[in-house]
Amino acid sequence: MTADLLTVNYLWLIPAFPLLGVVFNAALGARLGRGAVRLVGPGVVGLSFAAAVYAFFQLLGAEHGAALINNVYPWITVGALHLDVAFTIDPLSAVMVLVVTGVGFLIHVYSTGYMAEDAGYARYFAYLNLFTFAMLVLVMADNLVLLFVGWEGVGLCSYLLIGFWYENMDNAIAGKKAFVVNRVGDAGFLLGLFLLYWHLGSGVHGLSFREVAASVGNISPEVITAIALLLFVGATGKSAQIPLYVWLPDAMAGPTPVSALIHAATMVTAGVYMIARMNFLYILSPTALTVVATIGGLTALFAATIGLVQNDIKKVLAYSTVSQLGYMFLALGVGAFSAAIFHLMTHAFFKALLFLGAGSVIHGMGGEQDIRKMGGLRRWMPITHTTFLVATLAIAGIPGFAGFFSKDEILFKAFASEHGSPLLWGVGAAGAGLTAFYMTRLVLLTFYGTCRASHEVQHHIHESPSSMTTPLLVLAVLSVVGGYVGLPAGWLWGNRFDAFLAPVFGGHHGGQEHAVALEYTLMAASVGIALLGIAVAYVMYVVSPSLPERLSTQLRGLYEVVLNKYFVDEIYEGVVVAPTVRLSNWLWRGFDVAVIDGAVNGTAGAVAFNSGLWRRLESGNVQHYALSFLVGVVVILGYYVWG
Amino acid sequence: MVPTEFIVALSAALFSIGTVGVLTRRNIIVIFMSIELMLNAVNLAFVAFARQLHSMDGQVIVFFVMTVAAAEAAVGLALIISAFRNRETINVNEFNLLRW
Repeated sequence: MTADLLTVNYLWLIPAFPLLGVVFNAALGARLGRGAVRLVGPGVVGLSFAAAVYAFFQLLGAEHGAALINNVYPWITVGALHLDVAFTIDPLSAVMVLVVTGVGFLIHVYSTGYMAEDAGYARYFAYLNLFTFAMLVLVMADNLVLLFVGWEGVGLCSYLLIGFWYENMDNAIAGKKAFVVNRVGDAGFLLGLFLLYWHLGSGVHGLSFREVAASVGNISPEVITAIALLLFVGATGKSAQIPLYVWLPDAMAGPTPVSALIHAATMVTAGVYMIARMNFLYILSPTALTVVATIGGLTALFAATIGLVQNDIKKVLAYSTVSQLGYMFLALGVGAFSAAIFHLMTHAFFKALLFLGAGSVIHGMGGEQDIRKMGGLRRWMPITHTTFLVATLAIAGIPGFAGFFSKDEILFKAFASEHGSPLLWGVGAAGAGLTAFYMTRLVLLTFYGTCRASHEVQHHIHESPSSMTTPLLVLAVLSVVGGYVGLPAGWLWGNRFDAFLAPVFGGHHGGQEHAVALEYTLMAASVGIALLGIAVAYVMYVVSPSLPERLSTQLRGLYEVVLNKYFVDEIYEGVVVAPTVRLSNWLWRGFDVAVIDGAVNGTAGAVAFNSGLWRRLESGNVQHYALSFLVGVVVILGYYVWG
Repeated sequence: MVPTEFIVALSAALFSIGTVGVLTRRNIIVIFMSIELMLNAVNLAFVAFARQLHSMDGQVIVFFVMTVAAAEAAVGLALIISAFRNRETINVNEFNLLRW
């Protein structure tokens, strides 16, 4: 895979900075006040970003296909297993680290404005820094076990931040739901890990990715498929794919910058990263690839349909995120790993921007999230409006914006790759049309038309402070230029992004290089579909505003089903949750209380009863003791004399 | 000369009387005196055997026992006085705090 390894000694600094921030904010933040937290919280992430940029340029300067590695210390040594805490920067990690620290830094800065009035200021930044630390461990880990540590760490931070305003029971429940659903996925991940280690045999000691990649060929194909599918179960949990996507829309209960950082830009892409990292495994199992592509495509379409009718600004974006993650899995499933990572990066830019823009709107509206009570906001919020519009055009796939290049590459690979098919392309293209529709609907209802808020609220609408608008502007620029690193083959400098990642993905581009005519045809088709989606939304919400109402009354049944998210939560409640709770209750009362507690308490009870009999000998009367003493002496003497 | 068996029998009788006194009497002073009786019964046996065996060892041990008995009497009487001041009684049945 990689040509050679450059040992360096500073990579540990990248995750260490945010960890320092955690210690500072947790221990001293509340005492030193907001000024210190405002400086340290984003500052440590900025330092990480600087270190990451340094590492990136060292990697660029190194021989093509090299990777940086930093062995920090030996971690676990059990028998033949020897695990190090080791960080690595190869092209894939470099992209992820830059996205996590770069977008993360912007969101930290934004948070200083968004959370300015919040009582839990220091706690918030402690959690956010902890998340950054865990995410960096995840993407820089050199072996699967360390990756799993980061994987669990980000899950924990997600739970903590979803339930950040825990005084409200709904938020706490949403956090719990995210945690439990992720646990289901993590169980699959762990089983996959065990199965992999079990079958790797005695030659493998460290589980580092290079080592696993080198010896994975010794495993039989059926086992590889099983491992790949189990790891994919973990990915569906973390990255919100069917059937484990249900936690992500509820996760919107957290503060909006958290939704932007964790539930749009970084954590939810961990599953995509993990599968891209394990590409050598997946490429050996066509079955697993087909499953990944199918689930990805279905999720992309399914979540987009739910997004069509949601009325909460953050819920629309949440389903949009689920849908876009589906595109990434679609790309992974057709073997276009670099296209998936490309979309991951551009999505991090424009979806973070959309969430931060939504946060700015919510901030300006005094906490209102229902788009039916918004409208005409561009009058008050010019910067938020412009940047939100840029992000919308990017996600809709309008030529020139970042999302166009990445989504187009995915759709092309879905059609033309050896693992792809016209059907997968069709599903993806339909999802793209729906995406364009619901995003246009969101923009039109929020920023255009007349304001439907109450007079009281209208009076207070204001543009956000510069600490919030500056990150918006930076992300807006990235949402445009971010796509130009990966132009279609043959345009100007071509797909530099693909070439950069090629050493990691071992030349699996997932398709023919010279199908130019086909590529242009598909490109035109997807742009056409996107424009159609925008046009339909324009007609429904500007030209003829009564049309949505009429449609929803005429198609009452269908509308209700989609509005209620296909009743998936209710089905899960009945089929999975309720039986589990009943079983748990039964185990609690029938087994835990009766058998386990019974055995323990029974032992103690038997001892107590026995002692109760014997303790009566302790009468406290000295003469009784003297008598037993005498009897003892007589018995012993008798034994010696006659015995 | 009185045979040794007679003296040992007397010693055994005195020891038994002392033992019964320790086990049956309720007054601490009486119990205390019974203990002295048991000690002196043992002393008697020692001197009887010492005379029979023409050895001074038994005699010497009797001196030790008498010394210890004197010390024990001093400490024991002090304890009894102290106990009486606390409880206004010297009945051993009343001193049974260390029980279940």
